[in-house]
Amino acid sequence: MRIISKKTSIDFLSPVRRKIALAISAVFVIVSLVSLATRGLDFGIDFTGGILLEVGYEQPANLEEIRDSLASAGFVDAQVQLFGRDTDVLVRLPPQPEESATAVRDQLQATLEAGGQNIDLRRMETVSAQVGSELAERGALAMVVALLLIFVYVMIRFQWKFSAGAVAALAHDAIFTVGFFSIFQLPFDLTVVAAVLAVIGYSLNDTVVAFDRIRENFFALRGVSAEEAMNISINEMLARTLITGLTTLLVLIALLTLGGESIAPFSIALIVGIIIGTYSSIYTASATALVLNVSPQDLIEPIKDPSLIDDLP
Amino acid sequence: MNKFPLWLNTLVLAILLAGCLFALPNIYGSVAAVQIADSDGLPYEEEQVAAFVRSVENVGITPEAAYIQDGRVVLRFNDKNEQGPASDHLRLTYDGQANVAATLAPKLPAWVRDIGLKPMSLGLDLRGGVYVLLEVDMETAIDSRMKGYQQSFDDRLRDAEIRRRVDLDGQTITVRVTGPQDLDAARDVIRRTDQDVLIVDGADGKSLTVSMSEAQIEARQDFAIEQNITTLRNRVNELGVAEPLVQRQGADRIVIQLPGVQDPNKIKDILSATATVEFRLVDQSGGEPGSRRYPGRDGEPAQLLKRSVIASGDQIIDASAGYAEGQPQVNITLDSAGGENMLRTTMNNVGKPMSTVFIETRRVEIPGQPGEFRRDVSEEIISTATIQGVFKDRFRITGLTPGEASDLALLLRAGALAAPVYIVDERTVGPTLGQDNIDRGFNAIKIGFLAVIIFMAIYYRAFGLIANVALLSNVVFIVAMLSVLGASLTLPGIAGIVLTVGMAVDANVLIFERIREELSADASPQSAINSGYEKALSSITDANVTTLIAAVVLFAIGTGPIKGFAITLLLGIITSMFTAIVGTRAIVNLIFGGRKLQSLPV
Repeated sequence: MRIISKKTSIDFLSPVRRKIALAISAVFVIVSLVSLATRGLDFGIDFTGGILLEVGYEQPANLEEIRDSLASAGFVDAQVQLFGRDTDVLVRLPPQPEESATAVRDQLQATLEAGGQNIDLRRMETVSAQVGSELAERGALAMVVALLLIFVYVMIRFQWKFSAGAVAALAHDAIFTVGFFSIFQLPFDLTVVAAVLAVIGYSLNDTVVAFDRIRENFFALRGVSAEEAMNISINEMLARTLITGLTTLLVLIALLTLGGESIAPFSIALIVGIIIGTYSSIYTASATALVLNVSPQDLIEPIKDPSLIDDLP
Repeated sequence: MNKFPLWLNTLVLAILLAGCLFALPNIYGSVAAVQIADSDGLPYEEEQVAAFVRSVENVGITPEAAYIQDGRVVLRFNDKNEQGPASDHLRLTYDGQANVAATLAPKLPAWVRDIGLKPMSLGLDLRGGVYVLLEVDMETAIDSRMKGYQQSFDDRLRDAEIRRRVDLDGQTITVRVTGPQDLDAARDVIRRTDQDVLIVDGADGKSLTVSMSEAQIEARQDFAIEQNITTLRNRVNELGVAEPLVQRQGADRIVIQLPGVQDPNKIKDILSATATVEFRLVDQSGGEPGSRRYPGRDGEPAQLLKRSVIASGDQIIDASAGYAEGQPQVNITLDSAGGENMLRTTMNNVGKPMSTVFIETRRVEIPGQPGEFRRDVSEEIISTATIQGVFKDRFRITGLTPGEASDLALLLRAGALAAPVYIVDERTVGPTLGQDNIDRGFNAIKIGFLAVIIFMAIYYRAFGLIANVALLSNVVFIVAMLSVLGASLTLPGIAGIVLTVGMAVDANVLIFERIREELSADASPQSAINSGYEKALSSITDANVTTLIAAVVLFAIGTGPIKGFAITLLLGIITSMFTAIVGTRAIVNLIFGGRKLQSLPV
């Protein structure tokens, strides 16, 4: 079976299409950045610090009642929402002074239990604001370090123009995925950071596979322009790109629908990232390399050690 | 063409079998059990198991299995309701000799246990429990060391008959002597007391400023952390928690994981408690330098106490709570240094009063300055008694409530914290959520896996089936490696496995698409297989190494859930490369290699 006909020759990289793709990418990135700047992210308590309780009720929970009872007990800034099921309730409180954090949580628990229903305390987290900001810093650091190392690896294996293309594609994917969470105000927690890094890994995987073929064709197809060689390569890899994307999406959809509420943000980040990553490995990466005037000559390795020549008979 | 040598086929088969063997312990599930550990940390011997079995049989409970695991006795029960009564009974019977913890034990057959195989452990988010991140207050660790220096400099200078004033201000000690003539002698004495401290001459020519060197501060901090970890480990063991984890994290943090514990409040007070005691003589003359007035608690009179400490909490090697004449008390045993000092002091001071000071440190947020803290140290006299006779390393302290006496005994027995600790992050997962997470996670793996397998079989036919074998062995390998490494599986870890399943097909897809290309370029089936695998290799390697970089960075920098995800992703990348490049090739070679083929089912 084949999802696409045997040989495609779609002109992905024609100057017009490249411009359209560039415009789309630019819009994506700008919208994401604007949303990040204005709306920000709905950070989970991993990053902000605070108190979180997840409780299970026997009957569908009445959020208004819970809010009222919490407010009358003095928790005016408590956020109450359903979590996955209508019997599961998530209560969040901003960071409390360390000494009172435990007391506040105990009182919150008592207030919830006083509602008359039996409640099952499923999860309880108290994160100090200080640890929260540290986790955020480490997440950002991980992303920067990963991008840097990848840039170096691709530079060693290919050439800096390819590196620039790959990192442009990755940054594009990462910004868009995080931007998506900002635009739709989805909860952004530590697992989402992990997902964004996995997206970087995945998208890179795609990009590198395409580059690998481009390099091969640069050598195999002499006398063909860089643009044409890249086009041929992308077409040759199209089936693989789509199938791998598809199988990965299959498992991620299973994870999103069956994995439960707590890893839903993780699944969403990966799904968004993989769709955008597939697009960017076709367009952003190669187009960036073309903008930088990549040519087959860039990949012909110069002789590194001139002394070797002298030793030749 | 396309034949693997026998040794390579055998190797692939051997690796597959090893993977299956190491993954095997995970299919048995787990049952309620009780874990018994010796209080002194000594491993139990095989002969001792029978005694514990007899003990629970006395109350009418028969364990389903009883054996030693890592030096601890494990009793497994068929009926979950037997676990509670059994552990209660054992706790009562072996109080003080053994720590008894209720837990879940894998239901492994004896032969699997005997060859030392274990299932992968489940993270707290899957089995329920408490996670606590503690921060060690390093300032206090340094301060207490400086106090020690202040006292020892003062003592040594007195022994050398140098008139001096030794003041402690923050983390510097100022030693003032009467004139420049004493300065060199004083410097010598200080050098001899500790040769690494930094000594700076004062501008007035008759004083010295002493502080700790960078290396000393670092060593002190390391000591404080290590000492705290030992103490916390002891405390956790005293609480009776199975498989606790106490680990250093970074420069000044300690992670504690307590699987199965449901009530964080019960353990939190014990973990962060800094309660300790000091013994000091009462300054009856009323004017000795350095003497200080201590308040009394609950009607106990305040006293002026001498500066030198006779013995302190960190010199106590054993403590037990009990009653004497209806009053709660704690029986103390000191180490040899503390005992010597106590002996000397009591010998010289019979008939004079000595006080027991109860010390607790708390961190309080400064009002109006969130994130800024000050330390509140409360030092109260809990009892003052007249030294009736000479004693050495065994005595008792009174003046506590029964609850305080038993907590203090536990804390003193487990050792004092070298520096106070504060909880900065605390997470509790209830047992129902844990089970939910397991069910949902495995469901997602099953369905996702099935979807990919069906897709591959339809899309690549026979080759798809071969890829599916590789995919299945991939999951087996990941589980096997997690079990061998002793890494715990968490919910993000399950997500990592799911993602790996999706991505692991990539290597196969690369190869199969390449074979198709070769075939459509009119290569013979055999050479298409050969060049398909060969030409795809560089793409597979490059693509996987880059993902590996991302996974390694995640593992190195990430914490908690990120690490759990990174470890399965990392293992998944390695195993998927092996199964795709070598594993499927072996099967393809076995089926198609060396035969005359008209076409390939790809």
